[in-house]
Amino acid sequence: MKRREFLQLTLLSTSGLLLLGENGWAAKAIGDDKNPKRLVVVFLRGAVDGLNVVVPYSESSYYTSRPTIAIQRPAQNGGALKLDQHFGLHPALSSLMPFWEKGTLAFVHASGSSDSSRSHFDAQDYMETATPGLKSTPDGWLNRLLDVLPGTRSATEAISVGPTLPRILSGRAAATNLPLGKAATRPMPLDRPEIQEAFDRLYKGSDPLSVAYREGQTSRKQLLSELTEEMTMADNGAPSAVGFADQAQKLGWLIQRDSTIKVAFFALGGWDTHINQGSVAGQLPNRLKGLGETLSTLAQALGPLYSDTVILVMSEFGRTVHENGNTGTDHGHGNVMWIMGGNVRGGKVYGQWPGLSGNELYEGRDLAVTTDFREIVSAVLESQFGLSSTQLGKVIPKGPKPSRDIREVVRI
Amino acid sequence: MIRPIENNTPTLIRRVPILLFILILILSASAPNGYAAAIPSDLRAIHVLNRLAFGPSPGDLEHVKSVGVDKYIEEQLSPNSISLPATLINELDTLSTLRLSAPELFVEYGPPSYHGERGDKEAIQRARQRARVIVEQATEARLVRAIESPRQLEEVMVNFWFNHFNVFAQKGLDHLWIGSYERAAIRPYALGRFRDLLAATAKHPAMLFYLDNWQNTAPDSPGARGNFKGLNENYARELMELHTLGVDGGYTQEDVITLARILTGWGFRRPGQTLQARAAGFVQTQRAENFSNNNGFYFDPNRHDFSTKVFLGRTIRGSGIQEGEEAFDILAQHPSTARHLSYELAQYFVSDDPPKSLVDRLAKEYLETRGNIRSVLNTLFHSPEFWDEQYFSKKFKTPYEYVISAVRAAGTPVTNTRPLLGMMAQLGMPLYHCQTPDGYKNTQEAWLNPNAMTQRINFATALAAGRLPLDQPPVGAMEQMSEAKRTTADNQLARNGPVDPTALIKLVGGTLSTETKAAIENSRPAFRAPLILGSPEFMQR
Repeated sequence: MKRREFLQLTLLSTSGLLLLGENGWAAKAIGDDKNPKRLVVVFLRGAVDGLNVVVPYSESSYYTSRPTIAIQRPAQNGGALKLDQHFGLHPALSSLMPFWEKGTLAFVHASGSSDSSRSHFDAQDYMETATPGLKSTPDGWLNRLLDVLPGTRSATEAISVGPTLPRILSGRAAATNLPLGKAATRPMPLDRPEIQEAFDRLYKGSDPLSVAYREGQTSRKQLLSELTEEMTMADNGAPSAVGFADQAQKLGWLIQRDSTIKVAFFALGGWDTHINQGSVAGQLPNRLKGLGETLSTLAQALGPLYSDTVILVMSEFGRTVHENGNTGTDHGHGNVMWIMGGNVRGGKVYGQWPGLSGNELYEGRDLAVTTDFREIVSAVLESQFGLSSTQLGKVIPKGPKPSRDIREVVRI
Repeated sequence: MIRPIENNTPTLIRRVPILLFILILILSASAPNGYAAAIPSDLRAIHVLNRLAFGPSPGDLEHVKSVGVDKYIEEQLSPNSISLPATLINELDTLSTLRLSAPELFVEYGPPSYHGERGDKEAIQRARQRARVIVEQATEARLVRAIESPRQLEEVMVNFWFNHFNVFAQKGLDHLWIGSYERAAIRPYALGRFRDLLAATAKHPAMLFYLDNWQNTAPDSPGARGNFKGLNENYARELMELHTLGVDGGYTQEDVITLARILTGWGFRRPGQTLQARAAGFVQTQRAENFSNNNGFYFDPNRHDFSTKVFLGRTIRGSGIQEGEEAFDILAQHPSTARHLSYELAQYFVSDDPPKSLVDRLAKEYLETRGNIRSVLNTLFHSPEFWDEQYFSKKFKTPYEYVISAVRAAGTPVTNTRPLLGMMAQLGMPLYHCQTPDGYKNTQEAWLNPNAMTQRINFATALAAGRLPLDQPPVGAMEQMSEAKRTTADNQLARNGPVDPTALIKLVGGTLSTETKAAIENSRPAFRAPLILGSPEFMQR
């Protein structure tokens, strides 16, 4: 047996793909749905320290609470990148400054969940189901969104980058997941029609396994064929980005090419900085740098579609205002949410700033939440997808009405 | 249930009660709990193998059927009564890092700073590279045991408890200690007392490092300085949320802080301390203390908060290390812990949404036996819920379970575990690489997704065709090969032949639906084994 055949049947790599032929992207780049609006949700699992992302440099208590990990005021050496009179961006996120300056990046500070849980897992669950305090919710809000969107349903309407399907996408509507790593396009046994036909006979029912099997087949055909074409083109051009930016780039291409994709999701971990968080250098800055590059790569890969896409970045809760005894931070409450996209009224930090002095803190230790994350999600869904209040009620049940200020974040 | 006995003669009729009695005895010998009696013996055997083991391997069905399910359960609950095959022992013997304690591993493979060398980037890289053998050998040992060990329940429980007390191999120094952690803190207690398991994980450097407690320090203590100058809540919180009480177990943020204070000073000897000790000629005594007894665990009274505390409503007098032991006593014997662990066990062994009746019964057994894991499992395996056919073959296998059960069923000898590890990683379950302390879930919701189905079927097809390079030299040997040699080895065809579909049908045929059986029979012979291993029935246990 030759090495090539051997590889086809060895599974040291990820999904395979069908050969292009007439199924190539060019043939179906024009979808039947004319609405180009897209939503990408990025979840930072582990609770990112929002106070060191969008730094309240005008607060003296920020500096007294964080003697070693604070980010210095703008214009100082290693200082925050000035956003306005009160806030500055962590310098590791400099790759996002062009978006801020063009007015397509906004933040909502002191935002978060109405539930006080400091458990990563409960808090993530609440944010993905959009029902804080209620654990029995069976589905995620991104999945419920698919249910109310107009148009025909397809398995590739919602994709998650990675090997598993997150809670936010679980539910009745079809959603698929795709690892987009380097090996994503290697040929695999199931690509051979006769093997596929044999397995099709085992998975033709309406049970969850059969449904998942068929969605997997559909998404491979639809998405990976497009990806190969793009990757071939890209290989002749610029070198590929490193880290997760590489996958974000592929995601951007896919969204741009495949009009069936309405919603995309990916999660990044490593934000639980209990020790040695770092100020301008170290763990958190390294992660932020990678995240900044991932987001700017995604925005570029979306191309012209960036103007119709909203990228929402969220995390389960913030971290303590005071640094702990190990130059890190513990689990807190309020955080900052990031909103990016062509229609975002950016260049502004939204929300009501509650302050950081003793009696202003939540339970005496954390940044208070003045904007419920559901307000922001609702405002985005209203403006992006034109949801009626009935539809919105299905996606974000009993969610608080977005304030006037928050409604302004995304243009209709 | 007992079928009426057919007989014609009056003599026999008179003897029917005696015959019935004998029949009951015979039936109860194979399933004395009674719940299983009505189930065909094949199905019964495959059910225990699916749940107490990582599925059947050639010969297992015959074994379970000949000794009976109850005897099999009894054997599995006493793993030391089952002898390990010499081949497995020999294989494990070649993995030298498994014999080293946590401090020895640190000395042998730790960062260059320990040896007084300058910790420049390259030196750190080199040390890290050299230390890769530790994780490789740990994974090798874990997989080889899971596939080959006849003590299957022990392997199931090692995996279960490792997940429960998860540690991430890539967090800093934990790459040195992952194997030691499993060997010293998990494996010996997998079927023992939960209180012992809890304390062993709490004191192992791998956990102390992973959840940051090694730095947890009383702010005003004499030892507070540098990065060791204040409380760190991380471990205390996860200890209650994940390891014991459960998130709804009835504790407050105040309890989290109190528990963190109780555990101040719990750590391990740091490189600096060891160097000082060595300089002072204390190495010998320290060796004796650290290396043999406690894996390097060290309680530093200088960084401990000695005040008296109220934890979960109980007063704990400031006394040092003893406070932690008292807190563990409270946590291990707490009804919330009993409930939390019982739920997890019932979910693993019975159903994603376990019946409340079972969870209650297990929790009661847990409290009555003061956290005896073996007793709780014994109750579980003889419960009506465990033998309720509505739950049979309904647990969607995790990637770990799927990969291992497929290799076991195929009966393919494995010397090279890399293709198996690669598959687990691609399915989102890289061994020893779960980053978050909650470990991997074992529910269908977590693992069933479109990409998973595609990947599993691809894996099944390659495995059944005998085309995974599972018979290549083991990991360590490959690492030592030159690049050219390694490429040649990679290119070599695997020598395992295709898996025999007839043997597979004999092994797992009892679980296949008539539709699946028909589809398999109507397919090309070469596709039959792939179809069995890639069937919906084989994806579940």
